[in-house]
Amino acid sequence: MTPFPKSKDCEENEAAAGMDIHDILKEAGNRQRDLLAILHRIQTACGRIPAEAVPAVARHLHLSPSEVFGVLTFYKSFSLESKGEFTITVCLGTACHVRGGVEIAEAFERKLGIKAGQTTPDKRFSLETVNCLGCCAIGPFVVVNGTHYPHATAKTVEAILDAYQGAEGPA
Amino acid sequence: MRKLSHPDHLAEWKALILEERPVHAKTIAVTAGTCGRSAGALPVIEALRTEIVKRGLEKTVGLVVTGCHGYCEMEPSLIIYPEEIFYKRLEAADVPAIIGETVLKDKIVSRLVCEDPATGRPAVRPKDIPFYRKQMRLLTEANFHIDPLRIEDYILLDGYQALSRALFDMTSESVIAEVKASGLRGRGGAGFPTGLKWEFCREAHGHPKYVICNADEGDPGTYMDRSLLEGNPHSVIEGMLIGAYGIGASEGYIYVRGDNPLAVNHIGHAIERARKCGLLGENILGSEFHFDIHLVTGAGVYVCGEETSLMASIEGRKPYPRQRPPFPAQEGLWGRPTNINNVETWVNVPLILRQGSAAYAAIGTERSKGTKIFSLIGRIQNTGLVEVPMGISLREIICDIGGGVKDGKALKAVQTGGPAGGCVPASLIDLPIDYDSLVQAGSMMGSGGMVVMDETTCMVDVARYFLDFLQDESCGKCVPCRIGTRQMLEILTRITRGLGEPGDILRMEELAATMKAASLCGLGQSAANPVLSTLRYFRDEYEAHILRKTCPARVCKEIVSAVPASEEPRR
Repeated sequence: MTPFPKSKDCEENEAAAGMDIHDILKEAGNRQRDLLAILHRIQTACGRIPAEAVPAVARHLHLSPSEVFGVLTFYKSFSLESKGEFTITVCLGTACHVRGGVEIAEAFERKLGIKAGQTTPDKRFSLETVNCLGCCAIGPFVVVNGTHYPHATAKTVEAILDAYQGAEGPA
Repeated sequence: MRKLSHPDHLAEWKALILEERPVHAKTIAVTAGTCGRSAGALPVIEALRTEIVKRGLEKTVGLVVTGCHGYCEMEPSLIIYPEEIFYKRLEAADVPAIIGETVLKDKIVSRLVCEDPATGRPAVRPKDIPFYRKQMRLLTEANFHIDPLRIEDYILLDGYQALSRALFDMTSESVIAEVKASGLRGRGGAGFPTGLKWEFCREAHGHPKYVICNADEGDPGTYMDRSLLEGNPHSVIEGMLIGAYGIGASEGYIYVRGDNPLAVNHIGHAIERARKCGLLGENILGSEFHFDIHLVTGAGVYVCGEETSLMASIEGRKPYPRQRPPFPAQEGLWGRPTNINNVETWVNVPLILRQGSAAYAAIGTERSKGTKIFSLIGRIQNTGLVEVPMGISLREIICDIGGGVKDGKALKAVQTGGPAGGCVPASLIDLPIDYDSLVQAGSMMGSGGMVVMDETTCMVDVARYFLDFLQDESCGKCVPCRIGTRQMLEILTRITRGLGEPGDILRMEELAATMKAASLCGLGQSAANPVLSTLRYFRDEYEAHILRKTCPARVCKEIVSAVPASEEPRR
């Protein structure tokens, strides 16, 4: 895995984002069952589901915008707000809990000045927690944009923040 | 690779693969499931590749990147065939020694070898290592050998032969009869007899019929389904094909948890390959049977593992669970008869057809047959996935396979069955593990999580942890679950903060009864289990928190902060 995978941010390029959603819909099926896959693709392409995309998706699937909105806000993987450049995910599964995963999450919250589920004002970091990634032998376990950090400690928290604070942001 | 359009093509293909396969003097199989990669398997693999090329050994040494070998504690690990040398906790720096010493000179690198703590002797082969010795790896053995991205590796292990047998030597009725005779019960949690479930769906009116593989493995602390999907995806597909043939279904769905990208990737790749080979699609192996599989990726909601919620999610609706009956076998996906089984259940199916129901039913206890994969985690020496025959005692799993409690501490309890399960106290360590014995002990099999807890674990904190999880994941459709989990969590939180009141225990027991009786789906019905089972065996710990305002395990921080500084909290 590359250390800093790139993700496009719709806000930076509204026109391109519009293109993306249009392209995604053109390729996708138009039955209700295709909704989840469409939302996944938009989330991956834009790093969020822009609210402006909801009516277009609804039209494409012959649904009401409120139905699409209801589905997308139900799932944790989809977000209307754009995420930070780097998403820090702290595992809080049973094994990580027993080994102090909560302390790791709290340390990130303190250092970043945000709560889990939030993004820093400079859009650099998003902090999230997840209920078990199944890496129970090597917890507490942290993932940053797909890069794994096993056996996390207070030192890991600082090392991660230092490394990504100075890192080149995604294009 | 050509399209298989005749049952004989499987055997011919296998012969061809064997013929074209380079003959390697040694083969190195490196574990590279999600946890292996997290532990650093990829740099090791890269170093092995470079070293093999550097020394010009491409023709004599094979390298297989496999899925998970189960021994998470020792990852990244590898096995060198044919000698079956198991090396643990590798780094890229170990690679020159592995190639230079072991592969070229047949010398064991002793620092990379496991040790048998009983004898203090090195344990070189998996079958010598205590962690593997008492296991019965019928489902997970293939993970030692298969590159999950190569369908050829599965074919070499007689993959899809069970399907061929079903399609050409058996009627669909006899497939169901065989699975019924095997005694296989659902591995997702409830333990319903699989063959019977299939029969209900087969006999239901409606067309088309669907089969679903529930791979939305969400219980914290369980990852056997992920390991099967990552390491041996074709076995899931073959199981579904056989089930679909028995039931008369023409379409299948695999609903996989999105938080497991490697599993999504491997099963998606496997479906494509199977389709290209004609193992999915129309006239499979030249028969009259048509079947195809769609992959649906979940989006991070625990309740989607509940079957009615899962089906709503596939349909693109808001994934609320609904009332049952009607059961999915009568009215499932789009109102059609649908059969849902969990990943591990599906993987058992080809095995049953390969060895016959009688041989399969010879393993296990009277009412629980076959093997079960458990994820052994928590305060245990050997964390990992273990596959054991049903009926094995908890003592054998914890002490022999697991190597005992970490740091020589005393065992307090084993939590089984995920958030919906319960705790089995140390006094029941000789309990034979099967569906019924666990229920009698106040817990359940669930999907197979096994969290070991020692004297440093606070049982009230454990109950609070699970209620916190369940409260967060409650979908909010029905009141008993939405309000009940919230109230339960608030009471537990008060207790762990030293603010518990006499009467709290009674209050929780009443609440538990209401939630169990009135909740819509399994999540709410079983949400009180963590509380009830800890109350059953560890009532004194609750009382210590409530009446004496102490946490015996010294875990609950707010209470602990009130004790003298000489007794520092553990965390």
